[in-house]
Amino acid sequence: MNNILLRLVISQFKIFFREPGVVFWSFGFPIVMAWILGIAFANKGEILRNVAIVSKSPQAISALPQWLHKKTGTVNPELSTEAELEWEIGQNPGEQARFRFRAMTEEEAVLALKRGKIALWIETDLESNLSYRFDPNNAEARLTYLLLEGAFRQQKTSELKAEVRPLTMVGIRYVDFLIPGLMAMSIMNACLWGIGWNLIELRIKKLLRRMVATPLKKSIFLISHGLNRMVLSAAEMLLLYIFAYFYFDISIQGSLSALALVFFSGYCAFFGISVLISSRVQNTQSGNGMINVVTMPMFILSGVFFSYHNFPDWLIPYVEVLPLTMLTNSLRGIITEGIGLAQVIQPSIGLFGIGAFCFMLGLKLYRWH
Amino acid sequence: MTIEVRNVCKSFKDVDAVRNVNLRVESGEALALLGPNGAGKTTLVEMIEGVQIPDSGEIQILGKSWKNDEHFLRQEIGLALQETRFQERLTVEETLRLFASFYQLKKERTNEVLKIIQLESKRRTWVVELSGGQRQRLALGIAILPRPRILILDEPTTGLDPNARRDLWKILEDFKATGTTLLLTTHYMEEAEFLCERIVMLDQGKILADGTLNQLLDKFGEGDLIEYVITDANPSAEASSLCGVISSNWNSETGQGLLTVNSISETLPAFLDLIKSSALTLSSLECRRRTLDDLFLAMSGRHLDE
Repeated sequence: MNNILLRLVISQFKIFFREPGVVFWSFGFPIVMAWILGIAFANKGEILRNVAIVSKSPQAISALPQWLHKKTGTVNPELSTEAELEWEIGQNPGEQARFRFRAMTEEEAVLALKRGKIALWIETDLESNLSYRFDPNNAEARLTYLLLEGAFRQQKTSELKAEVRPLTMVGIRYVDFLIPGLMAMSIMNACLWGIGWNLIELRIKKLLRRMVATPLKKSIFLISHGLNRMVLSAAEMLLLYIFAYFYFDISIQGSLSALALVFFSGYCAFFGISVLISSRVQNTQSGNGMINVVTMPMFILSGVFFSYHNFPDWLIPYVEVLPLTMLTNSLRGIITEGIGLAQVIQPSIGLFGIGAFCFMLGLKLYRWH
Repeated sequence: MTIEVRNVCKSFKDVDAVRNVNLRVESGEALALLGPNGAGKTTLVEMIEGVQIPDSGEIQILGKSWKNDEHFLRQEIGLALQETRFQERLTVEETLRLFASFYQLKKERTNEVLKIIQLESKRRTWVVELSGGQRQRLALGIAILPRPRILILDEPTTGLDPNARRDLWKILEDFKATGTTLLLTTHYMEEAEFLCERIVMLDQGKILADGTLNQLLDKFGEGDLIEYVITDANPSAEASSLCGVISSNWNSETGQGLLTVNSISETLPAFLDLIKSSALTLSSLECRRRTLDDLFLAMSGRHLDE
């Protein structure tokens, strides 16, 4: 009995190690991911937290208030501009915090909050009280508030009274930020898992080979998978929206034509990527790894669950050209900010471009047998 | 000329799968590529199907090449692969209609094919619920849907039980009557004998023999065979002097003996008399015609089913 068990285990080890692709995706891929994410996050020091300073005084909205310079001890003009100030506090790792303050109007602050550029803003009347405005359900915002309040206390220069005034208006809650991101992610998953994985399975079953042994055009075969999944994905999005509408009171502020364009272009981008991913893969383990290598970085970086504006400044331009970021930002803009067709044309062209490039490359590389 | 293969070679890493093969298949001919596993049959057929590209040499089908006339050739060739797992949750009819749409065929043709492959009663059955034989019949049905001028079948009955194999042979035999050129790979000599007039024997990527069954058997050896097992003494020397014996061998370790004879009916009574008069114990006796497997064994040192 023990001998049988041992033989079975040894055989399975042999099968595993004789498949180089499987070995890489099992051992190599987690190390590569740990390395990339480790460099991106673990060594970057304390993240920079963006805070808006919103003044009730109309004449002071373009400059940061004096009390902030006083509180932060950064009166040296070299360290700040009129409307922007970076402040780093704490020597010990657990006490360190970095903030970037920007003077804004309330409208600008609301927009920045919707776009995830800030997690909270401070409302001040210059003279007496200040209010922290944020959604208490947003963990990132709560943490920023606690760190900021603690940092101000450490300066012992505070004579202003502070209060928290929760933001619960529809459109600027955390859930308003989250739902468009989830919609974008569902499009990505529908394509990469629903199409890419499916095509890999068809190759393993030799059905791909059988299909292309007929007069059927190869591109038509691939596009049929895309169209089928697009209808399902549209239904998925609609259901998610209906749920969000009734349960979270979320409604689409922008134009429906813009929404349709963004959905279609985003879908095309991920359809193209799914064709490219599935073009050469011979087994499901490698397919799983390939899909993860594409989805996981976007899942983390593209601002689905939390804002990417807290990442280092050098990383943000790269994050903003990721297809999931473009799709998420566009959907968020349409649903929460009410943007229209004109504002989504540029990201849509980018998404179409990515889709067309990946599809053409995938079709050229495609292994049909 | 339907298929012409000229000086074709194909290698994978260190393996020469097909080595300088030349082959011509005439219109309406039924040709079997016979050989054991690893002989290069599937690679050669895949190159004829346009799935693999030869490293060197040329393949012409109906006077056209895959490089320039792929769309035309796909219309003219029907094929059934060694193993295809069709979509499990489509019915037999849905699967056939899907493939029929690729050839722009009407529903009537699907119904005809359902009848030919004897799956009318399974029309609404999911593919996942079909037996192995029924699935192969479905694969054959898809292959013949467009009434192809060339039908290529890669080991169509491998893994099937004898009944299922015979059912498929019957369908193919009927289909052959339509004048379609048939190219079949198999390692079952009975299949090659039953379905094809011409047999090409392949081993290690090379053609060993090419001809009709009788041509091959006549060319590479004469006579019928009497196989026996006698363990108590060596009958070989006396047996070799019997009337009509061409050759006689006996293995002292296993007791297995083989007489190659001009005529079984002429030699067998004398051989049995010899056993009786010598008081030998006959453990087993089999008389048979020489087969392709004997021929293949003589040429390659291997059996077809290895």
